[in-house]
Parts: sequence; C-alpha cells; structure tokens
Amino acid sequence: MSITINHLTHIYNAGTTFEKKALDDVSLEIQDGEFIGLIGHTGSGKSTLIQHLNGLVAPTSGEILLNGENIHQDKNRLKEVRRRVGLVFQYPEHQLFEMTVYKDVAFGPTNLKFSEDKIRKNTISALEAVGLGEEYYDQSPFDLSGGQKRRTAIAGILAMEPEVLILDEPTAGLDPKGREEILSLIQEMHQKRKMTVILVSHSMEDVAKMAERIVVMHQGKVVMNGTPKEIFSCVEELEKMGLAAPQVSYVVRALREKGFPISPDIFTVEEAKNALLALLPHNS
Amino acid sequence: MKMVTAENVCYTYWKTVEQADGTSAQKEVNALCGVSLSIEKGSFTAILGHNGSGKSTFAKQINALLIPTEGTIWVDGMCTSEAGMLWEIRKKAGMVFQNPDNQLVATVVEEDVAFGPENLGMPPADIRKTVEDSLLRVGMTEYAKAAPSHLSGGQKQRIAIAGILAMKPDCIVLDEPTAMLDPGGRKEVMETLHRLNKQEGITIVLITHYMEEAVQADQVFVMDDGKLVLSGMPKEVFSQVKRLKGYGLDVPQVTELADALRQEGVDLPADILTVEEMVGALCRLQSTI
Amino acid sequence: MIRDITLGQYYPADSPIHGLDARIKLLLTFIYIVTLFFVNGLVGYVFVILSLAAVIRVSRVPLRFMLRGLKSIVLIIIFTGLINLFMTPGERVIFQWGFLTLTMEGVLFAFQMCLRLVLLIIGSSLLTLTTTPIQLTDAIETILKPFARFGVPAHEIAMVMTIALRFIPTLLDETDKIMKAQQARGADFDSGSLMERAKSLIPILVPLFISAFRRADELATAMESRCYRGGEGRTKMYVAKMKRKDYQAVLLGVVYIACIFALRYAVSAGIPFFV
Repeated sequence: MSITINHLTHIYNAGTTFEKKALDDVSLEIQDGEFIGLIGHTGSGKSTLIQHLNGLVAPTSGEILLNGENIHQDKNRLKEVRRRVGLVFQYPEHQLFEMTVYKDVAFGPTNLKFSEDKIRKNTISALEAVGLGEEYYDQSPFDLSGGQKRRTAIAGILAMEPEVLILDEPTAGLDPKGREEILSLIQEMHQKRKMTVILVSHSMEDVAKMAERIVVMHQGKVVMNGTPKEIFSCVEELEKMGLAAPQVSYVVRALREKGFPISPDIFTVEEAKNALLALLPHNS
Repeated sequence: MKMVTAENVCYTYWKTVEQADGTSAQKEVNALCGVSLSIEKGSFTAILGHNGSGKSTFAKQINALLIPTEGTIWVDGMCTSEAGMLWEIRKKAGMVFQNPDNQLVATVVEEDVAFGPENLGMPPADIRKTVEDSLLRVGMTEYAKAAPSHLSGGQKQRIAIAGILAMKPDCIVLDEPTAMLDPGGRKEVMETLHRLNKQEGITIVLITHYMEEAVQADQVFVMDDGKLVLSGMPKEVFSQVKRLKGYGLDVPQVTELADALRQEGVDLPADILTVEEMVGALCRLQSTI
Repeated sequence: MIRDITLGQYYPADSPIHGLDARIKLLLTFIYIVTLFFVNGLVGYVFVILSLAAVIRVSRVPLRFMLRGLKSIVLIIIFTGLINLFMTPGERVIFQWGFLTLTMEGVLFAFQMCLRLVLLIIGSSLLTLTTTPIQLTDAIETILKPFARFGVPAHEIAMVMTIALRFIPTLLDETDKIMKAQQARGADFDSGSLMERAKSLIPILVPLFISAFRRADELATAMESRCYRGGEGRTKMYVAKMKRKDYQAVLLGVVYIACIFALRYAVSAGIPFFV
C-alpha cells in the first residue's frame, strides 16, 4: 500500500498561548513494500507524523492519501484505516490490559468484528509470528519480560492484518538480546510478508542495518530523505540537529582525512571490516 | 579510602508465582549471590549487566533501600545492616533512579531540589543556598521556577541529580539514569556526572547496560545472574568482546570492528574503545606497510 | 492539550492581591464567605458588591476570568432561583397558576439567594485566580498545623495535594497515550450503548491503574532514599513571613466585618434608609 503525505501541517493548541507547530508543511511519498527509517530527536515531530498516518490525529491542514484515497474523507472508515496501517506504540505497558496474552492479542480483531473463526486464526498466527508459543497463551501479559511484552504488543497489531507496520522506538530500553529478537522479527515481516514498514528509532545503528530509505525530521520538517548511504555520509548535518551517525561512519570519516582510500558511504561493522581488510596487512 | 565495600553480599527474596493449576506458590529468588567488591572514594565506577542481572538490586543495597540477607556492605565505614545509620547512609550516598518522572516530588523545580534538605531538617536559609548551588552545578539555574512536567527527560534527570546534590553527599549511585532518554538527554546526563566526578571529587557509581557509558569509568564491574563475573579497568574488561556479548551486553561498534579485524589476523591492540583510538591504531598499521 | 494543572486557574499578574500571603488570602476569603450569609438589605449588598469590585480592580484580573467560574454553576444558580421563587411562602401574591404561587417575598428571596451564590463564586475564584495551587497547599498546611495535636494530619494532607498536583499532568498525558494505543487497535470510545461505552473504558483504566501503582511504588522508594520520614523534623525552604501589607489586609478585613454587622444591625433596628 502506498502512502502519500501532501503539505501536512499540524498545530497543537491552536489559538492559545501554548500554540506549537508540530508539523510544518510535510510532504512525503512512501511506496508499497518499502522499509523506511524515521529519525529525529525528541520533539522533532516524528511521533505526531506517524499518528497522522492512521488517523489518530487529524491534520490542521494538508492531507494523507492511502492508495490515493484521503483517509479523512469518510469518518466511518477510519477504523478500516487503522486496521490497514498498524501502529505499535513505544511502551507496551500502554496497551496490555487483558488477563491473558491470547485475549490481549485478540482485542484488535474483536474490535474489528471479525468472525470467531477468523479471530482465533489471526490471533494464533500473530502469536506464532512473534515467537510466542502456546505455553504463553494463558499467561498474564504483566508477568512477561520487557521483550516478551513488546512482542505481545506487536502481535496485537499483526492480528489485525495490517498492510503497513509502523513501530515507534520498538527496541528502547531492551537489552541486546531482546533488541535483536525484535529487529529480526521486523525484518521478517518486511521480507516474507512484503509489509511496508516504518521504523521510528533513536538508534542509528539499527536504522542503518535495516532501512532502505531514511527520513530525517527536525523542528517539524522533513530535512533529509535518502538511502542510508546518502544520509550517513552527511555526518556534520546530522550532528547539527543533535543526531549522530553510526560510530563506524566516524571512523571512516577520520580515516579519509588521514588519507585512507576508503569509501565514504560505509556505516556497518561488516562493511568496514571488509573494506579495511583490503587495505591492511593481515595473516589469514 | 573506600567509599563502598561489599563482602560476600547475598540477597534472596520470596516471590509469589502462579502455578499451572491456578494456585500460587512461593519461589525463592537469588537476586545477588556472593558479591564482593570495593569502590574507592572519588572514583567513577560503572556496573554493567543486562536486565535482571542483579545490578539494580545491588545499587539499592548501597542506599540501604535493601539490606543484604547474607554478607555485609559498608558505606564510608557505616554498615547498612546496622539500625540507626540508615539516614546517615542515605545522606552520604544519594540515589538517582531510572524513570525521571517517578522521582520528582514537587510541582516546581526548586521545591523538588529542596525536598531532601527539608527532610534532613536544614535551616531555611541553608536550604535556599544549597538549592541554588545544586541547580548551578547541574546547569539548571534558569529552570528554578519551572514545572518538572515541562522539562525534557535529560533535564528531569539533572534535576533529580541536583536533588541529591542538595543533600551534600559524597557519593551518588545512579540506577540506569539514561535508559529512558534520547541520545541528547543521555549526553547531558553523562557530561554532568563526569564533571561532578572530575571537578568535585564526588564518587559516582553508575549502573547501566550501555557499554559506551562505561568506557570513561575508572573501573568496571560486570554482573550476570546475581554474580560478579568480570571486573577491572575498562580496557581490561572490554577487550573480552565475546564474553561480554555472552552476558547480553552491548559492545560499541568500534570495539566490535576491532575485534572482527583481529579475528582476521589484523594486528590491532585488544583494548580499543573509542573512535580516536581506532583511527590511531589503524594509521600506525598503515604506516608500517 | 489540557491546560497546565500546576497553575490551576492562576492568572499571573503583579498586583498587591497576588503579593499577599496565601494564608491571609485564605483566611479573608473564609471570612468573606461566612459574612456573606449575614448580609441583608439593599445597602448591605451594595456594600459587598462595591468592596468586591474594588478588590477585583486592585487584583488586575480581567472580569471575564471571574465570570468564567460562574459558567459551570449557572444551572445550579437557576435551579436555586426557581426553587426559592416558587417555594417561598408570602402574602404579597403577584400571581397564581395552579399550585404555583409567585409572591413578592419569593422574588426578593430568590434574587437574594442567587446574588449570594454569585458573590460567593466570584469571591472564591478571586482566591484561586491570584494564588497558585502550591501557595494554597502550603497555606493549608500552616493553617492546619495547630490542629495536628488533635489528630489532623496537616503535613500528610499537604503532601498528598502536592503529589497530586505533580502527577496529574503526567497521568493525563499517559491517558492520552493509552487511548491512542487502544484506538490503533480498533477500540471505539464514543459509540454504542451506555453499557458498551462503560466496557470500552476497561482497556484504558487497566493500563492506567497499573502504571499509577507502579509510579506510586517507585516514587515512595525515591522519597525514602531522599530521607523522607514524614512531617516530623522537617523544615521548609521558604517560611512565609507576615509583611506590612499582610497586616494591612487583616485590618481591612476587620473593618469589613464591622461594616457588615453594622449594616445588619441597622436593618434589624429598622432604621428607615437601610430597610
């Protein structure tokens, strides 16, 4: 499913002394099946932007088109929009409420008035997709570990059969093992199910590894939009906005200043290793 | 002089768990087993470990919020298990917690910073002086009259640090103070901590799971499953990339890159932690060709 | 989103009223409300209205802010007016329709009751418009302190109020996030029968309560680690001191009470002009 954002502006508390322009004339095109990394520091407008994409927040001006259709055209179809554009919020604690993991995941499909049969089928397949087996079905979601809670929350969205998956900081606060699990889960959704994915993250390393295109937001505007290679070769601009490139980009930049013949668009450990091995003496 | 000395500290508690048949049972949890370590006065110490490794439980022992079920902890010579020393210990070794929202008490920044001194019964004039002084030391003077709910995460944590400073401690224990912050906030907090340590000689005990934050520490302890598994200078500890990953820790990209290159037979030192060190080492190698 | 609760309805301005000690303001407001029920006779009300108008003028708070407080209780005022209008027994009947009797006494009494209510609300909003909730909390604590020996938990009440003020914005923000997270899962909060709507609150309330309990637990630990052990032996950063203008305000208050009772005496003594 393609998403088109046209001149989107959002102003909070319009007309009061607390007025704040959260989004300022944002236009963006997201193709079907793309993997987008959305970065920006706190208050850059990225959370407001993703909440517009499934109609949780209405634009002050501008429009959002899903497959060419304005999502606010028909208020009765907003629920359908929220089904198709699944949004997983940062803290699973904000949504888990049922007595059991199974019931919690079934909450979405039940709200959508799916048939009993389909609810069961979707719930089971969503739990399977996030790697929570039958032994978890009857557990209380509150007894799970941080990583498991997050997977339950993602399953709750997957059970609604979304075509687009938006995740807000899905790995924040997790340890490396938990983070790895969530990231490979997202990668699988993208590759096997051909889902369009928008990953909001502070972690440049994660975004660099996974996204096909990176969108950088700053003060309510989209300021950069390109492939990871393009974005991470602009270390200075990123730093000016209070962001950082992956550590490897800094090594590469410093090496180039010292005259190393190394390509400027390297930003993962694997790439750097291979490039450096070609340049350095080693015995293997 | 030692700020904190732990000798064979164990902490066991009983947890109620629901069983398959619906009844609940008591299960014994060994959160800490036989932890012995010592922390020098004026040092910057990092305690690393993944979630559930026991590092937060240990932090609470220093502040006497928890008392060892076995073994002993001394804070500046005061034993935490001894009744009567409680408030003196908490004054000596203040504690900052993970969630910035859940440790600020008052609706105005300066009132919050005053909370500790007020509890200690300081005279009003002294409180005003220490509050002003503490806000200055964390660089938050201009926010004295602001409401905490209007501040960013990093600013809230600096207020929490000021609230501890106002009690004039010799040591600050921070339990994952940056876990809920964005990169900007993390930087603010880390810079504040290093400044307090370097310029004022305050002992810092930082509990974290970010290895980057431990790179500049004087000594590092790694915990896993309630036990102390590694300790030493950052360079000694971080050169063991495989082991650290095994304990579920994040290894900085440069350290990982250096390790990967070493595996391929590149002659790099084992203790590379920063971009500068990496670049320096690579340049030296290059010039040997 | 929601207006900042730490300011409540506070209207920031630099006026003598804003500068008064909150304890004095609280005390004077209390006196004002009590004496309001001793006022009778036209001259008495004119005196109260003029005094109130003078104080409002000095406070530099625009009148519309005062009137905003009335909006929420307009129904109560109308209801009180109607009840008194028709339920007051009297002899000077204006008209009669079925069981409804409208008397001159009724009209006067209803008018008086409504006027008292309006004056009461405006007077107390003057307090909240010129005093921050924090100042009020502190004032309540100091005023209640003498009663602590009778078992009134003065410090605890003030602490509870402070923590509530501190956490209301946080919890409102959290409620907003929870609602959005559930809406993203197709939850619907504003359609369906009453029963369905009540049920749709569960997915909001459960996460909110769990979070509130967790926050309470963590806050308690943090307070304990900052050496909190109840009100005993505690000092305050700012100790409110009575200043010259506070004494002047008290003096004015005394004069005001004297006037109210003098006017009341004049009415009951039947002095012609005051009846």
